[in-house]
Amino acid sequence: MFKLGKTKIPHRKNTAAMEAVRMPAPATVTIPVAQNIGAPSVPCVKVMDKVYVGTKIADAGGYVGAPIHSSVSGTVKKIDSFLLSNGRSCNAIIIESDGEMTPDPAIKAPVVTNLDELCDAVRESGLVGLGGAGFPAAVKLDAAKKGIIKKVVINAAECEPYITADTRTMLDNSDYVVKGIQLLLDYVNPDEIVIGVEKNKPEAIKKLSELLSDKGKVRIVSLPETYPQGAEKILIYNATGLVVPEGGLPSDVGCLVMNVTSLAFLAKYVETGMPLVEKCLTVDGSAIESPKNVIAPIGTSIRDIIEFTGSSTENIGKVLYGGPMMGVAVYNLDDPILKNTNALTAFNKNDSIIPKSYPCIHCGRCVSACPMGLNPTAYAKAMKVEDKNERADRLVAAKINLCMECGCCSFVCPSRRPLVETNRLAKADLRNTQAANKN
Amino acid sequence: MNKLIVSSSPHIRTKNETPRVMLDVIIALLPTAAAGAYIFGIRALLVIATCVLSAVIGEFVFNLIVKKEQTIFDLSAVVTGLILALNLRADAPIWQCVIGSVFAIIVVKCLFGGLGCNFANPAIAGRIFLLICFTSTLGGGARPLVSSAPELVSGATPLEIMKGGDVAGLPSLLDMFLGFRGGAIGECCIAAILIGFIYLVVRKVIHFETPLIFVATVFALSLIVDNSFTMALYQVLAGGLVFGAVFMATDYVTTPITRTGKMIFAFGCGLITFLIRYFGNYPEGVSFSILLMNILSPYIEKWTAPKALGGKKAK
Repeated sequence: MFKLGKTKIPHRKNTAAMEAVRMPAPATVTIPVAQNIGAPSVPCVKVMDKVYVGTKIADAGGYVGAPIHSSVSGTVKKIDSFLLSNGRSCNAIIIESDGEMTPDPAIKAPVVTNLDELCDAVRESGLVGLGGAGFPAAVKLDAAKKGIIKKVVINAAECEPYITADTRTMLDNSDYVVKGIQLLLDYVNPDEIVIGVEKNKPEAIKKLSELLSDKGKVRIVSLPETYPQGAEKILIYNATGLVVPEGGLPSDVGCLVMNVTSLAFLAKYVETGMPLVEKCLTVDGSAIESPKNVIAPIGTSIRDIIEFTGSSTENIGKVLYGGPMMGVAVYNLDDPILKNTNALTAFNKNDSIIPKSYPCIHCGRCVSACPMGLNPTAYAKAMKVEDKNERADRLVAAKINLCMECGCCSFVCPSRRPLVETNRLAKADLRNTQAANKN
Repeated sequence: MNKLIVSSSPHIRTKNETPRVMLDVIIALLPTAAAGAYIFGIRALLVIATCVLSAVIGEFVFNLIVKKEQTIFDLSAVVTGLILALNLRADAPIWQCVIGSVFAIIVVKCLFGGLGCNFANPAIAGRIFLLICFTSTLGGGARPLVSSAPELVSGATPLEIMKGGDVAGLPSLLDMFLGFRGGAIGECCIAAILIGFIYLVVRKVIHFETPLIFVATVFALSLIVDNSFTMALYQVLAGGLVFGAVFMATDYVTTPITRTGKMIFAFGCGLITFLIRYFGNYPEGVSFSILLMNILSPYIEKWTAPKALGGKKAK
């Protein structure tokens, strides 16, 4: 079958064979309350409150929201405003660890006997999409209550360079992956569950195939070793052949997409009741001397984690939340890791230099590379138009909002044009114009 | 304190850079230039050096005057000068070479905004400019150097011979392929052009189908009209068809950005070349066909816009 997403990027999965190592409790954790798409959470602890691992410290801020839990045991030191690297600002809860990592004695496994109880459990667990987008998992799962979910697609593509956290989930926590699949079969009951794994993870494919061979409704698809196989719409198409319509959600075509680590976490939560308080993340990149997969409490500072791997932070020119294709550059090494951080990529100073760009030579490589079938050069042209309404019309006509910022166009551009950057500016410009016209 | 660099994703880029792409085109043109020097002698090298130097100096001086950042190191001026030179006769007057190159670089490229902004292929526009201004010295072609006549003389090109209807006067097909016939420096040796073509395809600088469709269209139409396989082959090998198809119809800037668009572009070039050769006054139509299709490029691009995944039809 024809597959979308054909950009060849380096894999650099240096840590694929490394079992994750657990980091000792950091001295303090900084937990921002805006960690999901949608409303930020609302702190429900006060300064000097005593908390344990798993104690709820912030309530979901709305329907599209998720609660947040303490990742260490200790004392709430401060609740202060905080600027996230993605540009959002919110409160952050700073907790001083007592080094004990004592679990909250009140934690007990939730009772799950039907879909409603599963949805409630997911809501309480604080789970957000762990693949990177951070969409509250409970909201996605609620679509299943309407009975419209025919196919569940498990995203195990892990198409970003360096990152192997999902690979490790599939190898080290495969029993939880299987239990998670069983939960979905029992309570969501789709016609089919498709697990999409990029071909460059043969061990994970082999292991899951063996473990799931007795489950008739489950199918494992090996995806091409090209980018971006893990992008939601591309994954749905390559795994099921379905096309999510413009402006629509996967549920519009009867699909529920879930990251494989989210799924394993869900199964573990149902078994233990321990909410989302720690993350397995890949620490790699040219500034990291010995790359590792690290399990760290959410809120641990990037500096602590990088120093834990044995690297100096002196040579770092750039650090990213996530991988090099879609990762967000962090401006401060003392910033914490968040729920949806699946990797820290650190580049040395030389690899951090922003490349010189040349004029667009109209070569068409970006058009061929775009997995969504867009023309990335159209947006820069549209942005040169003086009149803001005409500019907005052109951006809409060129379907700017279908751009998912996967980075293929910028990656392949021989003139190193800032294509993705321009698209982000263009989207903001379009939003502003549309908002102004509404008033 | 260690300051971190913050920038928009993606944070890695392909190694292939624009100057490298230009260098690939230059490398692909070298066999053709060498063949031209072998066939037409040292005078061909003089034409090539003149065109390349005047193109680069022209762009350098233009940037100085208008206070633009210097752009000669992107190598695009070298490509323009080289392609223009290979389109000229080996005995072209040097001052005309200078005028043609400077016109191509300054009027056709720099005045429109430089690299990436010109609507017409500078080398082609330069050639046509010279052809119109100095028909006597730039029409037709030089004869290859042979031991019996070591001086460059001008003579009829195979296309002019065919236009005259004197089929018996044509060189053999092998000589046509190897380049021992009258013509411009770069258009004669088809074998050398094919080496460049393979290099460009392997390096993924061009798609193979553009030159193929261009040439195949001329071949097929000639076959239909002449009903002779040999004559159709002569049509393909003669003139600047193969050179134009490989090096000029594949120019990025002046052809449609979409792959389907490039195919339509190539077909259009083939059709117009055929029409000019068979029904026009000029014996050769390759340059004109590419120039005309350059002008149509934005429209072809609009008609062949890619289909977005899940995209709704525009209202």
